[in-house]
Amino acid sequence: MTHKRERTLVTAGIARVEGEGSLYLRVSGDQVDEVRLDIYEPPRFFEAFLRGRSYREPPDITARICGICPVAYQTSAALAIEAACGVRIDGPIADLRRLLYCGEWIASHALHIYFLHAPDFLGYPGAIELARDQRAIVERGLKLRRAGNAIMETIGGRAVHPVNFQVGGFYSVPARADLSGLADQLRAALDEALETVTWVAGFDFPELTVEHEMLALSQPGSYPIESGSVVSSGGREFAAAEFERNVIEMQVPHSTALHARLAGSEGTYLTGPLARYTLNSRWLPPAAAAAAAAAGLGDSCRNPFRSIVVRAVEVVCAIEEAIRIIEAYRPPSRPSVEVAAQAATGHGVSEAPRGVLYHRYELDSAGSVVSARIIPPTSQNQAAIERDLRQFVQARLELTDEQLAGQCEQAIRNYDPCISCATHFLDLQVDRT
Amino acid sequence: MPADSARPRLAVWKLASCDGCQLTVLDCQDELLALAGEMDIAHFTEATSAELPGPGPFDVSLVEGSVSTPADAARIKQIRADSRTLVTIGACATAGGIQALRNFGDVAEFASTVYARPDYIAALATSTPVSSHVPVDFELPGCPIDKHELIGLLSALLAGREPRIPGHSVCEQCKLRGTACVMVARGTPCLGPVTQAGCGAICPAFGRGCYGCFGPMTAPNVGALVPWLGRLGMPDSDIRRVFATFNVAAFDRLAGGSAAAAARPEPGRRHPGSGA
Repeated sequence: MTHKRERTLVTAGIARVEGEGSLYLRVSGDQVDEVRLDIYEPPRFFEAFLRGRSYREPPDITARICGICPVAYQTSAALAIEAACGVRIDGPIADLRRLLYCGEWIASHALHIYFLHAPDFLGYPGAIELARDQRAIVERGLKLRRAGNAIMETIGGRAVHPVNFQVGGFYSVPARADLSGLADQLRAALDEALETVTWVAGFDFPELTVEHEMLALSQPGSYPIESGSVVSSGGREFAAAEFERNVIEMQVPHSTALHARLAGSEGTYLTGPLARYTLNSRWLPPAAAAAAAAAGLGDSCRNPFRSIVVRAVEVVCAIEEAIRIIEAYRPPSRPSVEVAAQAATGHGVSEAPRGVLYHRYELDSAGSVVSARIIPPTSQNQAAIERDLRQFVQARLELTDEQLAGQCEQAIRNYDPCISCATHFLDLQVDRT
Repeated sequence: MPADSARPRLAVWKLASCDGCQLTVLDCQDELLALAGEMDIAHFTEATSAELPGPGPFDVSLVEGSVSTPADAARIKQIRADSRTLVTIGACATAGGIQALRNFGDVAEFASTVYARPDYIAALATSTPVSSHVPVDFELPGCPIDKHELIGLLSALLAGREPRIPGHSVCEQCKLRGTACVMVARGTPCLGPVTQAGCGAICPAFGRGCYGCFGPMTAPNVGALVPWLGRLGMPDSDIRRVFATFNVAAFDRLAGGSAAAAARPEPGRRHPGSGA
C-alpha cells in the first residue's frame, strides 16, 4: 500500500448536491483521524423570523428553505399547525396532499437519479455531458421529472414553491376531469420509471454495509409519505409530539447545520430512502414491490450506493400511488377546512424525499408563532454520513488524493444531501442573560 | 468536452438561497439541452462537476441568492469581474429574499445571543441584493423565477438583443389568462395591482390573492391599494406582513420603512443596516 505519512484532503465545493459544502479529511499513516463534512451554506435564520408571524404563514415561508422539497416543508408545517389547533385533515383533502407530495418525490428523485447521481456510476461529470452520448436516457429522466412537476403544477400551481397549499387544505381543488390528462401522463411515466429501476439496478455498486439505526415514518397499510408515526430499526416507535424527546441535536464547529443522535444511543442513525425502504418495503404497492424484487433489493437495503435503486423504486411507488389517488378521487365539498387558532404547541412529521422532516410551532391565542423548531433530514444524517466516509476512506487509503476525493464526493451524493435544508437550523432558543 | 471558443460561456452561481431558481434553470429541460448546444456551461456546481479550463471570463453569469456572509460579499465582486453580462435571478438575488427579514430584526440578538455558539457562524448583519454590491445588467424577479421568463432572457442574450422583462402588474396577466379579478368577484385581498408580472398570475387562477412573490412592479401605487386591502377585511397586521415577506427589502424601500414594521420581533428595534 502506498500512502503518505500525513495526508490532508479538502474538496471544496462538492458538485451536484443541493447547497454548498466541502469535505475535510485528515489521515496519519494508516489511520483516518478526522472526517468532516463542512457545510458553509450561509445561515438564513428561518426559525428566528418565524416568531411573530401568523399561524397561516409557515407553509409558504418554510417552503423557501428548500426549492427541491417545498411540499415537504409545507406539509410538515401544516400538520404541526393543524395539530396545535386540534384539526385533523382526512378524506379527499388528505388524498390531494399525498398526491401533491407524490409529485415532489417523483420530481426530486428523478433529478437526483438522472442529474446528480447516475453520472457518477457512468463516469460523466454531469447529465449535460451524459446527454451528449446517451440523449435518450437523459430524456427519460426529464420525462419523469416533468411528470412529477405536472402533478405539482396541477395541484399546487407551480413546481417550485406551490401556491395552492394552505393550513387546512387548499385554495381550490380540481374537478375529476381536470386530472384525466395528468393520469394519462402518469401511466406513460410508469413505464419510464420501471425502465429506470432496471437501468440503475445494472450499475456497479462498491461494497459498503452501514450499521446505523434506521429511522422512518410508518403508516401500516401504505408506504409512508405525507404522514405517519416514527419508527426505527432499533424498535423505537413514537408520535411526532415525542420527536424532540427522541432526537437530540448538537451544534458542531464546522457546520451551519446541527448534528443529531437518538436519545439513549451513542450510535449514529440514518433517515431517508434506505431507512424508509428497510422499515416499509412490505407496504410498497404492487408494481414497485415487483420492481424492487427484480432489482434484487430484498427486504432491506444497507448499502448507500444502492440508494439510487431504492429511489428508482420509490419513483414507481409514487407514480402508482398518484394514479390510484386520481382514479379514486371525488372532490371535497370545500377546498379547505376551518382551522381556528388557539394557544397550543403542535408537531408535524412527513417523509421529505431525503427523510424525516420535523416541525414544531408554539402558537399564542391570537395565532402568532411564539417559537418554531425545524429538524430537516440532512442535518439528522450528517453524523452518519461522516461515519460512513470514515469507513469508506479507511478501506481506500491506497488511492491518490484525486481518486479519493472523487470517490468521496460520490459517496456523499449517495445521501442526496440537501445542504440548503440542513444549514439553517442552529438552535434558535433565545438565551438571554 | 472541448470548448468551442465561438460559443458563449454560461455560469450559474449560488449565494444564500433555497436552490429553487437554479432548479428552474435545470427545469428548462428540453430547452436546456438545446441551450447546451449553443452555449458552453462553464460553471454550474449543482448540475455538473465539470469546469471548463480557466475560471473566466464568462459571457453570461446567472446569480441566485442574496449576499449575507463576508465570503459571499467578496465572491460576488470576483463573479462580476469575471462576467461580461451579470443577471440576478430570483427574489434573494434581486431583493435580498426572505432572509432579508434579518435586516429589520435586531441582528445583534441573532448574532450574539440566539446561537448556542455564535462564534461558529460567519454572517453579515444584513441580507442584501447583489445590486447593492456590484453593477447588475439584468434582474429576473420571482420566488421562484418563472422558467419562460428565463428562457426568454437567455434567448435574447444569445441573439444579442435586449431582454424584455415586464415592469407591469400581475393584473395584466390575469386579464390575459382570462381570470376574473379575485378582489372584485370574490372580495379576496390581492397584491396583484402592485406586483410585477412574470409568474403567469398563478395565485388568482387558484382562487388565492397574489402574495407579491415577484416583488414590486415599476412605479407601484401601494398607497392606493392598502385601503382596499383593509376594506376587504385584511387586518393592518396582515397587510404589513404580506409586504414584509419574500421581497421585504424591496417593498420596504417603497414604503419608506413601514412595510417591514411587522417583521420586527420587538417593536421599535431596527437595525441600522437596510437591505435596500
